[in-house]
Amino acid sequence: MSQSEATSRRPRSAAGLIAATVARRLGHGAFTLFVVSLVIFSLMSLMPGDFAKSILGQAATPETVAAFQREVGLDVPPVQRYVAWVGNVAHGDFGNSFVTSGAKKRAVADIIAPRLKNTMFLALITAALAVPLALGLGILTALKRNSFFDRAVNALTLTTISMPEFFMAYLLLMLFSTKLHWLPGLATVDAGDPFLEKLRRCTLPALTLTLVIVAHIMRMTRAAILNVLDDPYMEMARFKGITRARMVLRHALPNAWAPIANVVAFNLAYLIVGVVIVEVVFAYPGIGQLMVDAVSTRDIPVVQACSLIFAGVYVLLNLAADIASILSNPRLLFPR
Amino acid sequence: MGADPLLHIKGLRIEGLSDGSWRPILRGIDLHLARGEVLGLIGESGAGKSTLGISAMGAVREGCRFADGEIRFDGQDLIALGDEGCRPLRGARIAYVAQSAAASFNPAHRLIDQTIEASIQHGLLTDGAARAEAVALYRQMQLPAPEEIGFRYPHQVSGGQLQRVMTAMAMLCRPDLIIFDEPTTALDVTTQVEVLAAIRSAVKTNGTAAIYVTHDLAVVSQMADRIMVLRHGQVVEEAQTRAMLAAPTQEYTRSLWAVRKLNRPNQPDAQALLTVVGASAAYPAGPEVLRDVSVTVPRGRTVAVVGESGSGKSTLARVITGLLPPVAGTITFDGTALSPTLAGRSHDMRRRIQMIYQSADTALNSRQRLSEIIGRPLSFYHGLSGAARDRRVAELLEQIELPPDFADRFPQELSGGQKQRVSIARALAAEPDLILCDEVTSALDQIVQEEILRLLMRLQDEKGISYLFITHDIATVRAIADRVVVMHRGAVVEQGPKAQILSPPHAPYTRLLLSSVPEMDPDWLGRLLELRSRG
Repeated sequence: MSQSEATSRRPRSAAGLIAATVARRLGHGAFTLFVVSLVIFSLMSLMPGDFAKSILGQAATPETVAAFQREVGLDVPPVQRYVAWVGNVAHGDFGNSFVTSGAKKRAVADIIAPRLKNTMFLALITAALAVPLALGLGILTALKRNSFFDRAVNALTLTTISMPEFFMAYLLLMLFSTKLHWLPGLATVDAGDPFLEKLRRCTLPALTLTLVIVAHIMRMTRAAILNVLDDPYMEMARFKGITRARMVLRHALPNAWAPIANVVAFNLAYLIVGVVIVEVVFAYPGIGQLMVDAVSTRDIPVVQACSLIFAGVYVLLNLAADIASILSNPRLLFPR
Repeated sequence: MGADPLLHIKGLRIEGLSDGSWRPILRGIDLHLARGEVLGLIGESGAGKSTLGISAMGAVREGCRFADGEIRFDGQDLIALGDEGCRPLRGARIAYVAQSAAASFNPAHRLIDQTIEASIQHGLLTDGAARAEAVALYRQMQLPAPEEIGFRYPHQVSGGQLQRVMTAMAMLCRPDLIIFDEPTTALDVTTQVEVLAAIRSAVKTNGTAAIYVTHDLAVVSQMADRIMVLRHGQVVEEAQTRAMLAAPTQEYTRSLWAVRKLNRPNQPDAQALLTVVGASAAYPAGPEVLRDVSVTVPRGRTVAVVGESGSGKSTLARVITGLLPPVAGTITFDGTALSPTLAGRSHDMRRRIQMIYQSADTALNSRQRLSEIIGRPLSFYHGLSGAARDRRVAELLEQIELPPDFADRFPQELSGGQKQRVSIARALAAEPDLILCDEVTSALDQIVQEEILRLLMRLQDEKGISYLFITHDIATVRAIADRVVVMHRGAVVEQGPKAQILSPPHAPYTRLLLSSVPEMDPDWLGRLLELRSRG
């Protein structure tokens, strides 16, 4: 009876608190995206060179340039262009690519969608491998602080985090593809490929990214747990005869979640936003490469859409980390 | 006493690692404890009493090691068993109650889950049986709503209640021995009485043996059958409680026994230096924590503000310093109205009101030498620099009775009492008219406390400084106050000259406060509880 009473109070206040946080953070996020859109748009306008010339080529006649500018809307003043762009984006319309025109005209969304899907796929399989591995290593090294295992793992992850990712990528490529022939060196995937084939092709890029982010998450997990181990309630747990493993998992971990959740969110964001170098090495058709290509071809609508998606990823993942922190902290869940 | 004691410690030596070398903490201790017996361990901080208490579980703190000796619990050699070997005993047959229940409960779990954890882990009780037992113990510990309190989280429960939950937690497996490590030190006197009564009755009812560690002689004389006095890791004296209270044989024990010698008769009122009228204050988005408080501090006198934690004492100090502008009320200082905000006050006005904090450890910058800590206000308020500033720092060190070469030291090279002296010197450097002292002696040992109080009184006599002295300790009030302000729940209960406030008739809350101060009489707690139960 009393238990049901005590727990029945929980969902309402907790859900209310989380709803309020989500609403507030989404508001902040929307504002952030607005600022980002302004910055992106201004930077695009400041980009050197003539869009029309760089797309149509040096030989383009003034008439074709003017016609092109009219077609893509570059003939109107920037403020008006910005307002129109933001308005369309708000309706889910990212506009049309500059590079394709006339009959071959393609919507930005159609260009980005498959690339984003690929990036998400790589990010997901990397996360599925890296996050549990990193958390496990972090917990184990904290448990066995200063042991040989702890030092070995620390040295290893420090090495992987210190090496540039492209170097790591080439190293793995050389070893597993060129020398051992275990895995394909090119990660060119198509939407039609069977899942297992995609998985096989993504193994090397996923491994590379895992090596990059495991160190980060693992070290933060270890530090957060060690930080908590000095708290008086850990001594109390010891004096209650609690086993070492249970002390770490049940007493330390729940109090260390907040920083761990943050670093996990940060690294997941990196997996979507920052993997262009690894994509290039393995020729993986992800969104990072798409954006770089779009920058070099001055395909402004694509660049703008990619930037906004990246900003949105950060906002959402940070929100997820905040919710995880609240859920793990009874002080926030159950105010006095 | 049986031939086979429950706990037998022989020639125990424990060392602690400090600055890279092992230094002795316990220097050969012998101790025996019979079943159902309560032994009080008493001594000043650093005496090794807590280390000795913990060693009874076969444990040492991080950075310590067993150097020599033997600990036998019910025939088993705990040091030979090792840390992992002792684990099945801990929480099951030997339980521990820590000083700060607020810090020693895991903030992430409900109290009941923590209460029953050890019994489940050791496989002694089923989940259902353990929960039922926990509720029964909560009831025995006189906790409010024993059926429900377990479902709360630690932050939702008061300090006194947490301490009782922790005692229930220790009792759950019906251990043979409980180690109480200063269980009431962090509590207010009014709360302490309830916790002491609950612990005492629980230990008696269940026939548990206990080691009760404290630095408070009056407390230990309520709880223990036998008392052991420790100093510098050695036993000074050991005897049955009544025998020791009646006739301590050692000089050191007598010095602990001596009721505080400092007792300044209160001086007549003087012209008002600080007048607070009708001050109310609240923290942002919080309830009112100070309600219509009026206080006067006469020139060259000491006004003690006394009350339990949460009574608004420190908030009053924050209002006077301007750190927390009041929502209502006025402050007059030396005949002129004080701006409610710090920003609105002149440089000179800030100089004239200084503050000393409870914890010198956190109030002094550990990366600055004393010359910088004390010299900074000299430059800031008086524009001193170079040799003139150094000379003044040396003078101030002399005034607080520290050698001049201390100027080159860092705070962590000083003892607790010396650090608090430095805090006083830093306040003095501004040459203030009023110093707000917020629990400045609470973290110090009895003997050091008295030295600090004497220093403050001497400085008052020499310089005519006024003190607003915030404390929860009635003995301190008795020692130094001219006027006393009793606060409760943000309001002033009564105030007046010390002689008037501390002698009957009292306001009801003052009576509760005064009667809750433990006395060095083994029958005090029993008498008090009987008196209160009769109303």
